[in-house]
Amino acid sequence: MFEIFGIPSNALFSQLLIGLINGSFYALLSLGLAVIFGMLNIINFTHGAQYMMGAFMAFFLLQYAGLSYWWALIVAPVVVGLFGMIIERTMLQWLYKLDHLYGLLLTFGLALIIEGVFRNYFGSSGLPYAMPDSLRGGQNLGFMFLPNYRAWVVVASLVVCLGTWFVIERTRLGAYLRAATENPTLVRAFGINVPRMITLTYGFGVGLAALAGVMAAPIYNVSPQMGSDLIIVVFAVVVIGGMGSIMGAIVTGFGLGVIEGLTKVFFPEASNTVIFVIMAIVLLIRPAGLFGRTA
Amino acid sequence: MLDVPSAPLLAVEGLHAWYGESHILHGASFEVRAGEVVTLLGRNGAGKTTTLKSIMGIVGQRKGSVRFEGRELIGLSSNAIARGGIAFCPEERGIFASLDVEENLFLPPEVKPGGLKTDSIFTLFPNIKERLRSQGTKLSGGEQQMLAIGRILRTGARLLLLDEPTEGLAPVIIQQIGHTIRTLKEQGFTILLVEQNFRFASTVADRYYVMEHGRIIDAFANSELDANLEKLHEYLGV
Repeated sequence: MFEIFGIPSNALFSQLLIGLINGSFYALLSLGLAVIFGMLNIINFTHGAQYMMGAFMAFFLLQYAGLSYWWALIVAPVVVGLFGMIIERTMLQWLYKLDHLYGLLLTFGLALIIEGVFRNYFGSSGLPYAMPDSLRGGQNLGFMFLPNYRAWVVVASLVVCLGTWFVIERTRLGAYLRAATENPTLVRAFGINVPRMITLTYGFGVGLAALAGVMAAPIYNVSPQMGSDLIIVVFAVVVIGGMGSIMGAIVTGFGLGVIEGLTKVFFPEASNTVIFVIMAIVLLIRPAGLFGRTA
Repeated sequence: MLDVPSAPLLAVEGLHAWYGESHILHGASFEVRAGEVVTLLGRNGAGKTTTLKSIMGIVGQRKGSVRFEGRELIGLSSNAIARGGIAFCPEERGIFASLDVEENLFLPPEVKPGGLKTDSIFTLFPNIKERLRSQGTKLSGGEQQMLAIGRILRTGARLLLLDEPTEGLAPVIIQQIGHTIRTLKEQGFTILLVEQNFRFASTVADRYYVMEHGRIIDAFANSELDANLEKLHEYLGV
């Protein structure tokens, strides 16, 4: 055991790990928000509820269908993503030409309704979700103990985030998305079905939230308000990174998770507010966010 | 000599179009035959751009008839219209800032077989080949115009709608664009061109339609241009 700035290394590294875990969720969720905002011009306040639905979906699949965690990783994002697409087709699509405020109000209202329905049926105390057996236990790295499941969450989230970045920034499909963000009318006049692409993009962003929910289920309990607790912080992350920036969402997601973890070690009293303090400073200095482009 | 008129490739009849409350086209009618270069002339605000956009299905509301290869386009979405084989090059060029030149060039999907090969596009516009890695909007105005035309030649669309391709460009670039249009015509493309600059149009066009207040008010062939010059000056206010 050694010390860094008077802090036992063990405590430091375990807080760093917790920071990375939280950062994984921040990154996945703010990435989904960024993708959705870029394409739909909608600030998706339902995101937290969709994350919670992902966790519940994992719980249902295990409880009633006997489908394991690994199945849930695939099935839950697809099901919740489809649910999102129905919302987009029936409600959101009418709001694109209006002020952001309308989309915000609608998605916020939906989040309250979804949460209310879940609370009505499942109460507000959490339901336990067992960790998959293959990810139990951990590695002793010498300077700290690394639980396998947490390592998996960090790696999986990194892979998904970077994969998404790659598709959007480096492929033909991504070029369609970027072009349609700039000038949907012209992209459509080239023969691309932009409305369908928008629906699928929303479904994908929502699917990312549900995926985060599944990954969160074994760490936190599955509960109706798990999303609203998290989403406030995630919105701060998005503001810091810059609305609509893909890499910005990923880097600030992980970065702020780590900063939050370190704050817990060095100045625990501020750990709940540090992200908001950073947000305030960023808004003052760079209102478009660290990675945002000023319009 | 027998003059057998081929069926028009594009037939516009009684076309009305609106942007929100404002009624822009008031029953425009004209036609374009396969292989022709037809130019819409008219003052600013006469409805030329709106006509192209109405054919493409990107105005607020339209009424009347637009038939392409005998198929009615009114009521189709713009992506379906494009898939039918019509390509549009907008006045503002529409080069995407978040895409590099290569991505811009390959953005429009192939809608029909038989589009130009990439090499032929580079032969027409050698400048583009030099700058594939640049951000789209970092190109000069002339290069952006070439990119905007080049990218719709790949798609296999046989009817090209070009909205003021020479606007704001230097004379040498305008010549290059004129040369391109003549080359495309030789290769069998049909082109509907909107132009303010009828001196440029006279170097490429087979026929002209003159628009005013959202209607076609006159039509003549390129060979009749000199005879119509005085009238034309009056129409265009030049």
